[in-house]
Amino acid sequence: MDIMHVFVTPLALMGIMGGVFGVVLAIASIIFRVHQDERIGLIRAALPGANCGGCGYPGCDGYASGVVNEGAAVNKCSVGGAPVAQKIAEIMGVSAGDTTPMRAFLKCKGTCEAAPRQLTYDGIKDCASAATIPGGSPNSCPFGCIGLGTCVSVCQFGALSMGDDGLPKVEVSKCVGCGACVAACPKGIFTLVPVTADIIVECNSHWKGPMVKTVCSAGCIGCGVCAKVCPAGAIEIVNDLAVIDQNKCIKCGKCAQRCPAKCIKTGESVKVLEKSA
Amino acid sequence: MTMTELLLLFISSIFVHNILLSRFLGCCPFMGVSSKLKTAQGMGAAVVFVIVLASLMTWITYNYLLVPLHLEYLYTLSFILVIAALVQFVELALKKLNPVLYKSLGIFLPLITTNCAVLGVAVLNMNEGYGLAAALVNALGSSLGFLLAISLMAGIRERIEDNEGVPESLKGLPMALITAGLMSIAFMGFTGIIK
Repeated sequence: MDIMHVFVTPLALMGIMGGVFGVVLAIASIIFRVHQDERIGLIRAALPGANCGGCGYPGCDGYASGVVNEGAAVNKCSVGGAPVAQKIAEIMGVSAGDTTPMRAFLKCKGTCEAAPRQLTYDGIKDCASAATIPGGSPNSCPFGCIGLGTCVSVCQFGALSMGDDGLPKVEVSKCVGCGACVAACPKGIFTLVPVTADIIVECNSHWKGPMVKTVCSAGCIGCGVCAKVCPAGAIEIVNDLAVIDQNKCIKCGKCAQRCPAKCIKTGESVKVLEKSA
Repeated sequence: MTMTELLLLFISSIFVHNILLSRFLGCCPFMGVSSKLKTAQGMGAAVVFVIVLASLMTWITYNYLLVPLHLEYLYTLSFILVIAALVQFVELALKKLNPVLYKSLGIFLPLITTNCAVLGVAVLNMNEGYGLAAALVNALGSSLGFLLAISLMAGIRERIEDNEGVPESLKGLPMALITAGLMSIAFMGFTGIIK
């Protein structure tokens, strides 16, 4: 009786309980099996897992199921870029297509010096909040950077930092082109450009020239000189702002040389051309 | 137990004997999952769900298995077994039957499997010798107390995040611990309302 009570019953009870639960769980896992396309797991594993939402889906899991179930394009992941697109394409059995890596670019040269601050804004330290005040900005140019760094706070990759001149700086090597800053900026100053883009207009103002001159010494005045000198016809003036078609741009740099406001930024490759010329 | 006693038990298990702030059970998620209000509420809801179910199952296990076999001393072992299996089962079932609920609770369920708050309520029910109704009321009250405390904590922590006056060395967890202590002191104010 004693042996029975001390050893056998407890062992039997726990053994039976464990066994019963094990069997129940095994049966449950068969009954309640959710049929999931195994490609979703494979794609999820191939994705970088940044969950940045740059693809337009809520996180990497959302994108993985989007590719399999909704036929989303395989090259939407800007963080992983071409190698990840290639992997997903292999899993899905389609061709990867062309992925141009993108980076964020700030279309504003309105530093504290070039575009003096008009008001002292003392509200919530957030650009979206500052953009709601009358005039649309505490600064004199309503199109320009407010400079409170909302873009810096949304960047998950540490690619943005606030410079001393009041403008955020993009560290190109860290930027993955997810577009979080583009969505966060209330002024829409950020834009995604191909990483190979070398000639970009560094202004967002749609005001006419004289108006621009009153608020900022570095803004595009919409004079149209760049459009005239461009041999490729890649530049057009839209609402008093020069817009460069990156697909047509041949990176000759002539527009930047002739720009009276010096608001066309030239990248490394153009500087090399200038030197050799 | 009469209805009045059950009601008093319900209120006392939420406020007077708050599982987090008076009994100090389940402090791990209280610190770990309380930085955002939304996730804290998700966690709280999952805890309500699991504690009530687990109390039912452990009450049955204790009173219809352990007591008749005179194996009361095995309660810790068997409760853990029951709770772990139950949570696994619920997770499997939810995934299939209610994907929406699974998405909101699902990620928290495995976290709760061995949460001491769940085991604590089960053991409490046993120690106090509650009947089934009292055990369920106690479970519901305790878990709602958990939901209340973790939601309050998350709300405060979200505000602390924006507070620039917090000294550098106290930012993050130290401040959360101090906050938890102050909240616990505040909840001591409920002591004596119900005996």
